[in-house]
Amino acid sequence: MLRLEKCKIENGDFSVLADLQVNAGARVAVIGPSGAGKTTLIEAIAGFLPLSQGRIMWGDLDLRDLPPGQRPVAMLFQDGNLFPHLSVAQNAGLGLRANLRLNQAEQAQVQQALERVGLGDLAARKPAALSGGQQSRVALARVLLQKRDLLLLDEPFAALGPALKAEMLDLVAEIATETGATVLMVSHDPQDARRIADAVILVADGKARSPMPTAELLDNPPPVLKDYLG
Amino acid sequence: MARRAQPISAIPGAGAALLVAALILGTLAAVALRAEAGRGFAASDWAALRFTLTQAVLSAVLSVGLAIGVARALARRRFVGRSLLIALLGAPFILPVIVAILGLLAVFGRAGWISQALGFFGFESLQIYGLHGVVLAHVFFNLPLATRLILQGWQEIPAERFRLAAQINAGPGAMWHLLEAPMLARVVPGALAVVFAICLSSFAVALTLGGGPRATTIELAIYQAFRFDFDLGRAALLSAVQLLLTGCAAYLALRASSVEGTGAGLDRSLRRWDGTGGRAKTIDWAWILFATVFLLLPLIAVVLSGVSGLVLLKIAVWEAALTSILVSAGSTVLLLLLAVPMAASVALGKARLIEVAGILGLAASPLVIGTGLFIVIYPIADPFDLALPVTALVNAVMALPFALRILVPQAQAVVSRYGKLVLSLDMAGWAFLWRVFLPRMRAQIGFAAGLAAALSMGDLGVITLFADPEIATLPLQIYRLMGAYQMQAAAGAALLLLLLSMAAFWILDRGGRWHAEA
Repeated sequence: MLRLEKCKIENGDFSVLADLQVNAGARVAVIGPSGAGKTTLIEAIAGFLPLSQGRIMWGDLDLRDLPPGQRPVAMLFQDGNLFPHLSVAQNAGLGLRANLRLNQAEQAQVQQALERVGLGDLAARKPAALSGGQQSRVALARVLLQKRDLLLLDEPFAALGPALKAEMLDLVAEIATETGATVLMVSHDPQDARRIADAVILVADGKARSPMPTAELLDNPPPVLKDYLG
Repeated sequence: MARRAQPISAIPGAGAALLVAALILGTLAAVALRAEAGRGFAASDWAALRFTLTQAVLSAVLSVGLAIGVARALARRRFVGRSLLIALLGAPFILPVIVAILGLLAVFGRAGWISQALGFFGFESLQIYGLHGVVLAHVFFNLPLATRLILQGWQEIPAERFRLAAQINAGPGAMWHLLEAPMLARVVPGALAVVFAICLSSFAVALTLGGGPRATTIELAIYQAFRFDFDLGRAALLSAVQLLLTGCAAYLALRASSVEGTGAGLDRSLRRWDGTGGRAKTIDWAWILFATVFLLLPLIAVVLSGVSGLVLLKIAVWEAALTSILVSAGSTVLLLLLAVPMAASVALGKARLIEVAGILGLAASPLVIGTGLFIVIYPIADPFDLALPVTALVNAVMALPFALRILVPQAQAVVSRYGKLVLSLDMAGWAFLWRVFLPRMRAQIGFAAGLAAALSMGDLGVITLFADPEIATLPLQIYRLMGAYQMQAAAGAALLLLLLSMAAFWILDRGGRWHAEA
């Protein structure tokens, strides 16, 4: 279970308060008006922003003083998820070893992960030679190899068309099911939440609320969410 | 607040900056301790100061004044070869001074092409030595730089302004008031200050075309005090004065100019609707022709007179060429060892310290550092034995400000774009350096290395202080050949030096971009 205990995250001149829990294995969408602090919340869990109060626990593990790379977290960013000078296999292989010195068994693992996301025969390509959807798949292959307990998505598929985005979200759901990862996904589109999330964290007015069941919240939105959804 | 994780350490860069600052300030201190202020300024020192300021002011005013016309013509004309001409404007930066001087001598010299033509019509031949020769050479080097700076000013005028001007049917006068005059008011002070600062520390030009009591710069006076009289006290006093001058000028230049001469994208062309009149066209073409001929003639002269000399080259010239290649390679490696960590530190937010070292690098003069190093080394070892390492080191420090301008923006882009991903993948440190930072910086590193290699290859500065007759870099060898009136051999060696400099730049710059992905 992920617990944010009386957390205060300060980012520049605004701050976000969070006191909530997310069950292990849950798939949660983080929704709210732009500028409300969705990314701030996610980045604090990933370790890019320090907490000014409170602590973040994953089970019995206190994440507060762990650097980002040592948290049980894999993250996909809005863009820049791949290194353009590295091949598809190398980009995915970073999920196993940052220095890319992979032994044969590990290379086989990389190939397997690429096949899982449907890129088995593109291992030697560079990202520039891939479509947007294929690039997202490479990043997901890396997530597979990272085998982290938490998967944080900061709208990595925002630049894709609706059909492709839906396809990627389904793939995320499948991967999360296979690895048992807990997913937190920033989104400004309620359809995304309905598609794969069983609960929603609403971030508004400088506060992140506890997860609510998706359908319940979206069908009966509180005023602040109503204003946002229109 | 908790400490922020970083993908790479800022410490090596800070160390490099400290090293550079220590070198520049340490040599300065050594010089200051040796300077005999009590003895005061001799008449010849005052003359050197006056000449330095006079030639720098004249060079700046002429270079920038001419550049206004050339830049206007380039900004509003579209023609085949325009981007080639603009690329050519960048060439003097890596052109060895001694090569350009041989070219200028071949065109404007006593026995040059113009003198011969004048003689044909019964006029007297030109006299290039002295103030006007020094200014001519400075304009040759700085007219292109000033043109690029002003062209950048044109480039920064938003396209909408030109559309608006076309909409209200603005004539030449209105174009001047609406667009050109405000732009020039913003750009020209910076350009003047930059050219002035560069010409203040002119050494090789003054060494070859100046000299004598009436045409000696302070840098040249330092060299003479050092080399002819071995008067370290006087050399140190002059060095202190020079440092004060260049320090003030570098400060002024940095204050006055936010523009960068090395900026890319100057050949981007913008649709223009003005300047369609016959007179405007004639004027523009005259400017373009003038700039092309003025820049190309000396280069053509070097190539033409050098080809025949190339076969006559003695073994000493080839040895000097090998020495130059080694010095240049060493200097390039040193530069990268200093500049790449410094660029990384700036990208991580440690801008202050590094900026200070960069500014010191701009203000420092090679001859002053050379004098200081000589004073420091003299009690411990024979400075003449260390001529080549010292030259490589000083060249690296002189190239540092330019290298930082090239490296820093890309380093910042790499860190801001990939920093978080790198941290979340736990690949900070060596993995980041080898797998991400250096590969992503390759093109900029290649460009900076190319500049450093070419600058060092063509440098005729600190080596003149330290070299004994046994040892020479290629530029020094050319200078010695000129001194011995072996102009044919000098021309051949100059062509060789030109080829080496261009090749060093081309190989490193190309190597950086070879198979580079977007």
